[in-house]
Amino acid sequence: MNPYLAGFLLGLVLLITVFVTGRGLGASGAMKSVVATAVPVVAPSHAASNEFYKKATAEGNPMKSWLVFEVLGVVVGGFLSGLMANRLKLQTEHGPQLRPRTRLLFAVIGGGLFGFGAQLARGCTSGAALSGMAVLSTAGFVTMLAIFGSGYVVAYFFRKLWI
Amino acid sequence: MGPFVPDLISDQLNLVVAFVIGIAFGIVLEQAGFSSSRRLTGLFYGYDFTVLRVFFTAAITAISGITLLEHFGFLDTGLVYVNTLYLLPAVVGGICMGVGFILGGYCPGTSMCALSIGKTDAMMYVGGGLLGVFLYAELTPLLGDFADSTNWGSIYVYDSLGLPKGLFTFLLIATAIGAFSVVTIIEKRVSKEAPSNTFPKFTHRGVGTAALAAALLFVWLPNRQDTVVDEVSDPAYQQKHPIQRISSDEVAFRILDRDPRLILVDLRSPEEYASTALPGSANMGIPDLFKKEADVLLAKKHNLKVFISSDGQDAQKAALVAHKLGYANVSVLEGGFDKFRSLILSEGSFRIVNARWDQDVQRFRTTARGKLIKMMEEAKAKPGATLKKVKKIKGGC
Repeated sequence: MNPYLAGFLLGLVLLITVFVTGRGLGASGAMKSVVATAVPVVAPSHAASNEFYKKATAEGNPMKSWLVFEVLGVVVGGFLSGLMANRLKLQTEHGPQLRPRTRLLFAVIGGGLFGFGAQLARGCTSGAALSGMAVLSTAGFVTMLAIFGSGYVVAYFFRKLWI
Repeated sequence: MGPFVPDLISDQLNLVVAFVIGIAFGIVLEQAGFSSSRRLTGLFYGYDFTVLRVFFTAAITAISGITLLEHFGFLDTGLVYVNTLYLLPAVVGGICMGVGFILGGYCPGTSMCALSIGKTDAMMYVGGGLLGVFLYAELTPLLGDFADSTNWGSIYVYDSLGLPKGLFTFLLIATAIGAFSVVTIIEKRVSKEAPSNTFPKFTHRGVGTAALAAALLFVWLPNRQDTVVDEVSDPAYQQKHPIQRISSDEVAFRILDRDPRLILVDLRSPEEYASTALPGSANMGIPDLFKKEADVLLAKKHNLKVFISSDGQDAQKAALVAHKLGYANVSVLEGGFDKFRSLILSEGSFRIVNARWDQDVQRFRTTARGKLIKMMEEAKAKPGATLKKVKKIKGGC
């Protein structure tokens, strides 16, 4: 799809979300819900002594959150779109100079950094940066600049991963 | 008037809404090509700027839409969630995410989309993301209150920069369009397979120029509240739009009758309202009429809305504003609260001229006085029972 058209449609989805629900889109919040649900089940006494889990479970079941349902929708929507466009395929996408196994290792490390950073910044590219920018919040712009700015700074050192 | 949560859409239904919105979000992300990590990271190496184009087009579409919805009174942005700026955590967290983006090739939203079409790297990325959250949780005691430090509040970027909102919006759109043209030049130099090679050249330039011209509108978009208040303040407008007047006796009768279709809007200062106010009245100023709180109260067509001010002047203006905003059945208390006080709430101001009719009036006012004063004292004991507070929505990750 033409990227401007895709951007316009993404903007419309975001606009409708704000208009109807008064909040923005997000993703990392769902990861938080999964962790906040799993850890107290596996290690209840440990979770009870930690502020993070206490806060995350204070308002009831963390899986019953807006973002969990939204992210379930994303998975369904992505699957439907891939089905229509004939892109459903089990594969590991990697740069031309990289072995698939190395790619998977870096995917875990990158995901870990992103998950950690999103907790600190209270949101990820969708939740803090894009949705924040839509309502013209300073936090949205600061987070966006920090993500993309630092990405550009370190991109050179990891160029072997992608080109 | 939006947002529709939580009054029209309950918390339960909102989860269904979330799922449907998620589907749309997922389809758009996948169609935009965001299910490919090589495409996502292309932005940092110059061979594919799809992410920049999609991201900024989405941002300016949403910003423009929200601004226009607010301008035409369809959305109360005062209720919309605005994320709070914790400066240092946002910067440090943002740096973690930037490095994570380069190493992992996704952000959380796009990774969900990519795993749904079978990308194994996205599945590993999501696993890593969960580990990252777990690590953060385990490190919370060590981090102390760093995550809550440098709280600058829910501030707006145009205020932070000291620019008018409209001018900032225009500059942002202009910057985005400028960036689109620059990255197109870079992309074509770096890669022969760059997506911009497929763009029709003249359409690309034409749409960009048109969007830039349209964005200029934001600079001169007048403040709706000021425009409406100015318009109804004009004596010629007031003559053209006469507002129904309701007498003190009728209002008193309807209050005592506990008329469920009576809505009293008191425009006096909160101090005056706190000292004496009619039972069941809501206190608000003219600017509040533009908010959802007022919408919830005034939207019922068949209810009689009576605007009350000290002498009736402000009430007249408020009623005209409400009428202009599309609320039906608006009226003012004739002579304002001052007249109501002297006719109904104080003793001995009445002279009997016409024996039969006036005696009835006097009898009514005397009874009304006693009952009303009692009701007012009761209402004072449990204040704020009438105006339904609309809560600001909680959002964020």
